[in-house]
Amino acid sequence: MSKVSADANDSSEVASQPQDNTRRRFLTVATSVVGAAGVVGVAIPFIGSWNPSAKARAAGADVEVDISKIEPGQLIRVMWRSKPVWIVRRTPELLASLANHEDQLKDPNSEVEQQPAFAQNRYRSLKEEYLVLVGICTHLGCSPQHLKDGAFEERVEGVPEGFFCPCHGSKFDMAGRVFENVPAPSNLVVPPYMYLDDTTLLIGSEEGAA
Amino acid sequence: MWKNLLDWIEYRIPMMRVANMHAIQYPAPRNMNFWYVFGFLATIVLVNQIVTGIWLTMSFEPSAERAFASVEYIMRDVEYGWILRYMHSTGASAFFIVVYLHMFRGMMYGSYQKPRELLWLFGMFIYLALMAEAFMGYVLPWGQMSYWGAQVIVSLFGAIPVIGEDLVIWIQGDYVISGATLNRFFALHVIALPLVIVILVFLHIVALHEVGSNNPDGVEVKRPKGSLKEEDKTKFAMHEYYTKKYDIIDDVVPFFPHIVLKDLVAFCVFLALFCYVLFFNPEMGGYFLEHPNFEIANPLKTPEHIFPVWYFTPFYAILKAVPDKLGGVIAMFAAIIALALLPWIDRGKVRSWRYRCGLHKWNLLVFAGVFIFLGYLGGTPQENWKIIASQILTVMYFGFFGLLWMYSKNENTKPVPERITK
Repeated sequence: MSKVSADANDSSEVASQPQDNTRRRFLTVATSVVGAAGVVGVAIPFIGSWNPSAKARAAGADVEVDISKIEPGQLIRVMWRSKPVWIVRRTPELLASLANHEDQLKDPNSEVEQQPAFAQNRYRSLKEEYLVLVGICTHLGCSPQHLKDGAFEERVEGVPEGFFCPCHGSKFDMAGRVFENVPAPSNLVVPPYMYLDDTTLLIGSEEGAA
Repeated sequence: MWKNLLDWIEYRIPMMRVANMHAIQYPAPRNMNFWYVFGFLATIVLVNQIVTGIWLTMSFEPSAERAFASVEYIMRDVEYGWILRYMHSTGASAFFIVVYLHMFRGMMYGSYQKPRELLWLFGMFIYLALMAEAFMGYVLPWGQMSYWGAQVIVSLFGAIPVIGEDLVIWIQGDYVISGATLNRFFALHVIALPLVIVILVFLHIVALHEVGSNNPDGVEVKRPKGSLKEEDKTKFAMHEYYTKKYDIIDDVVPFFPHIVLKDLVAFCVFLALFCYVLFFNPEMGGYFLEHPNFEIANPLKTPEHIFPVWYFTPFYAILKAVPDKLGGVIAMFAAIIALALLPWIDRGKVRSWRYRCGLHKWNLLVFAGVFIFLGYLGGTPQENWKIIASQILTVMYFGFFGLLWMYSKNENTKPVPERITK
């Protein structure tokens, strides 16, 4: 850069005159700074337009679910932000069994923040009976299968029921807690939710939060 | 008349000069063997992808509601739509076949070594852009594998600490993979990345012609000016751009017609294989077009087995081998970066494996085997033994580079001949 401008000066008539480079340097810096600011400014719409649109944000609004018709042991799926959300009505026997395999879990006490504060307990739920989970594997986003009535035994000995991800073999128990030695790094996500009344869930917001 | 027209043009734009310099009087080593056809074939496939791609966009509708149906429309109702689509999908796999062979050629004959480091790097950038291009193209038909493949690949970015989750939403343009994602992938697939690839290919060729083609002996054919006796110089007329700077040994042939004709023979063989797939086996048993992709994308149902198309499976196996999400992503990208750094990892001075130590030959062959075996592990359903196997092979993959770095410093090489061997 400086070499080029020096050459240009050499070939012109002003070559012999004393040079004051401070003004030139100031102009170069000022032009570069203004130019860079312009580039940043014009990048904003290009980068910003990749964010979810107003339509996508509206489609991501809260969902109300009637849970009065779920049988004990049954799993229902609803859509929230186009993700599958599972609601399982767990039997008392199942709830009791959750303590039995905690030595095989990566994070039995839900210390990694994968749930609202109200769900940081063994059952990972607001009410013990109803489990609410985002049905997407924390490894690479596949949707695990619900294996019940002993079908999960062949995946983890002594645990009759759980979730198994067909993509890369991650395993979760019936509180969405991840087992050791699988690719998934953390427990399944519990979405924010609250009870509007005894039989209606609202998924997407929690009590007290804005 | 014709001469006058050519002169008129030449005075205004250097048409014949560039053609002479780069396509006709370009000095090509006379011992270039069949491994040297894959660059030419890659260019042909690139043209095929661009032309068929343009025609496909004429009938494809990039929306979550219409994409799958519009691909069926192309296959069933558009005149010759099926052949255009199969040319495009077969071309995608063919592209990776010729590129992988092209890269292996570079590794065998040390074509990445000084002074061809930038040439190799441009090639690696093309490879990266090609992978992005292929991935986004695979999302467009909006089948089950499109959707869940996109889900897996985009989730990789979620492994980045702190910004990961917001970054994923930004890439998707939604809280999940959705029509917004499909639309932007379409834009990138048909405009942005093809432009990038074409520009990179141009730079790749400019860099190649600046340093000159390597050859199976790894013998330099361009010697310092004045170092050769007259009888050792090539008798062919080469462009003065090369002869002014160098003495060129009598082991070269002009690119046209010698190399062009050889490439055309390869093209005929390639075309026969390509047409076999195109007309008789376009799905290639589920490897070129995966069967779950004949079912429309369903965000609530993951296919039982999920894996990318065959050309990504070696890296996918490395991703799965590491029992930690961030670690797996890092290992996968490191596998590609290691290849890009080959010119600096290999500290040897001898290019061709013909004159390098026996260990190098074995190292390279084992590496090729490891790559293929990883591809098998990444492209078949999950089983317990495969996790162990892919972990061992991942170590072996990186072991290739570690070994190379160690033995190449003081390697026991054979004497490299002064001239290209007869």
